[in-house]
Amino acid sequence: MSGANREILRLEGIRKSYNVGTPVEAEVLHGVDLSLDEGEFAALIGPSGSGKSTLLNTVGLLERPTGGRLFIRGREIGGLDEAGLTELRGRTIGFVFQFHHLIPAFTALENVMMPMLIDRGAPDAPMRERAAWLLEQVGLAAAAAKKPAELSGGMQQRVAIARSLAMNPPLVLADEPTGNLDTHTADEIFELLRRFNAESRTAFLIVTHDPRLAARCDRRIELVDGQIVEAKGPPWPVD
Amino acid sequence: MRFEWIVATRFLREGRMQTALILGGTAVGVAVILFITALINSLQVSLATRTLNTQAHIVVRPPDDAASRALAPADASVAARVEARAQRLRSIDQWEAVFRRLEGTARVTAVSPVVSGSGTALRGNANRAIALFGIEPERYVRIVKITDFMVAGEFRVSPGNAVIGVELAADLGATVGDRIRVTTPEGGNDVFLVTGLFDLGVKDVNKRWALVPLKTAQALLALPGGVTNVDLTVDDIFAAEEVARLIEGGTGLKAESWMAINTQLLAAFDNQTMTTRVIRAFVVLIVALGIASVLVVSVVQKQKEIGILRAMGASPGRIMRVFLIQGAIVGTAGAVVGSAVAAAMVAVAKRVLLAEDGTPLITGGIEPYMLAGGALVALATGLLAAVAPARRAAKLDPVQAIRG
Repeated sequence: MSGANREILRLEGIRKSYNVGTPVEAEVLHGVDLSLDEGEFAALIGPSGSGKSTLLNTVGLLERPTGGRLFIRGREIGGLDEAGLTELRGRTIGFVFQFHHLIPAFTALENVMMPMLIDRGAPDAPMRERAAWLLEQVGLAAAAAKKPAELSGGMQQRVAIARSLAMNPPLVLADEPTGNLDTHTADEIFELLRRFNAESRTAFLIVTHDPRLAARCDRRIELVDGQIVEAKGPPWPVD
Repeated sequence: MRFEWIVATRFLREGRMQTALILGGTAVGVAVILFITALINSLQVSLATRTLNTQAHIVVRPPDDAASRALAPADASVAARVEARAQRLRSIDQWEAVFRRLEGTARVTAVSPVVSGSGTALRGNANRAIALFGIEPERYVRIVKITDFMVAGEFRVSPGNAVIGVELAADLGATVGDRIRVTTPEGGNDVFLVTGLFDLGVKDVNKRWALVPLKTAQALLALPGGVTNVDLTVDDIFAAEEVARLIEGGTGLKAESWMAINTQLLAAFDNQTMTTRVIRAFVVLIVALGIASVLVVSVVQKQKEIGILRAMGASPGRIMRVFLIQGAIVGTAGAVVGSAVAAAMVAVAKRVLLAEDGTPLITGGIEPYMLAGGALVALATGLLAAVAPARRAAKLDPVQAIRG
């Protein structure tokens, strides 16, 4: 189970339908096969309605697939109950959402601490130190005590990235992380993700509409009509 | 549990307006419940106390004279109807022994032997029917605190002296220092110096009562050495009936409590208590609905945060606890504030709600047991009210909650 390129994610024929058993049943994912190794930096692209978000939610253990098998670090998750799934999610997957989604009632530092607080139950000094260190890494050491409402969109997204890394997860899922940021800020955020990827073994799977950003990823996974049409490829030329 | 507490308190602090509203609602509810309980308890005690100014808590008398059917000889006809006997004035058999026994009875706080009967008071041309009481003054004042109700002269009941009701004195045209003659159907006849007048606040009592020494009354009523009744007080006035039943069972005498005599007053108390209970129940219901509705709104507003927490690994159970804790905190904090408000209300009511004689209607305050009860009810209400919103929060689908 060791090695330079340990597999952290494998999807085998993953299907996902909504409204199962009703006349309006709709299958969104039609048997997706995909695997992701430790340290990979991949873009998930595809037109609207192709099932990107559904795939991301399924990989993120927020939704159960209706068919196929999903492995996280070689472990099949189909047999896990809700509690097991929740715990696995908290420890192995970091999320960065398009709309930042920080918790307004907590400061930037507390938001970064939150995944660790959920995991360990009560706050402690190492937790605080790690959160402070992460904020420093995203260049927001000075904003630690600020509430999200006092931060700009780009700053909020940087806090969210720091938060996604709090548990040092093997996999971070980012859903349009630069979606509503200006180009300059979007570039900064992207660079930040790249930097964390380079410095750790954390794999990133990034949903994006922006071909420029997709081109700067090591790997492009394209989803069309609920199926992967292009899973492997060389690094895409920039511009 | 720390995580749940941290998030719960932070959510409450964040929704300042909502928190203030439910806290206020809960506090008012608790205050109303405590105040109304203190008020009704106090009113009942004060009404009962007023009633008992002129009454012993329990009066022990000899059993009624009963007519018994003769044993029917064979083949003889027997009277079909038995007439009740006229009740003559009788002494309690062996009353000194009974007296000592009553003194040693649990819960009994004072015992006083009394000989009472009817008579006539005369002065000049005036004569009035009176209720004549022969008492041992030191003992009797512990049953009926006549000393608190003297309006003229002093409470001196010794050989040759009598203390009488203020209206009886007026009817006889007598005042302190005058002499009155008392006669009885038993042939007694004596003269007393009026040493004091009392006003017990009951017309019938003020118009008829004459208190004289026990021995003198025994002679006047032709009951030498006897007493017609023994008066008692007990430590808890509402336990009087229970104690009376025990005494009856133990002595074979008739024991009548003030509760049996004032059945209407007690029925009124029961109704009052029932009404208070209904009001309290509705207040609790309203408080519960208030807490629940505010928390439901809070769950809807915090959908996104709940979704994020779920995505970050918080289980539905922990999300549920976050909202249950909010309910519990609001309930408990509401109880604390409400208790303070109720205490203030009682303090004000003591100054504002007065009886005709200027004494406060509310005598008791808010007892510790009421505070504990109020806090428990508020905590339980907060928790129960939070159940539905908390379950709703726990059931939120994180995917739906996070979207957009």
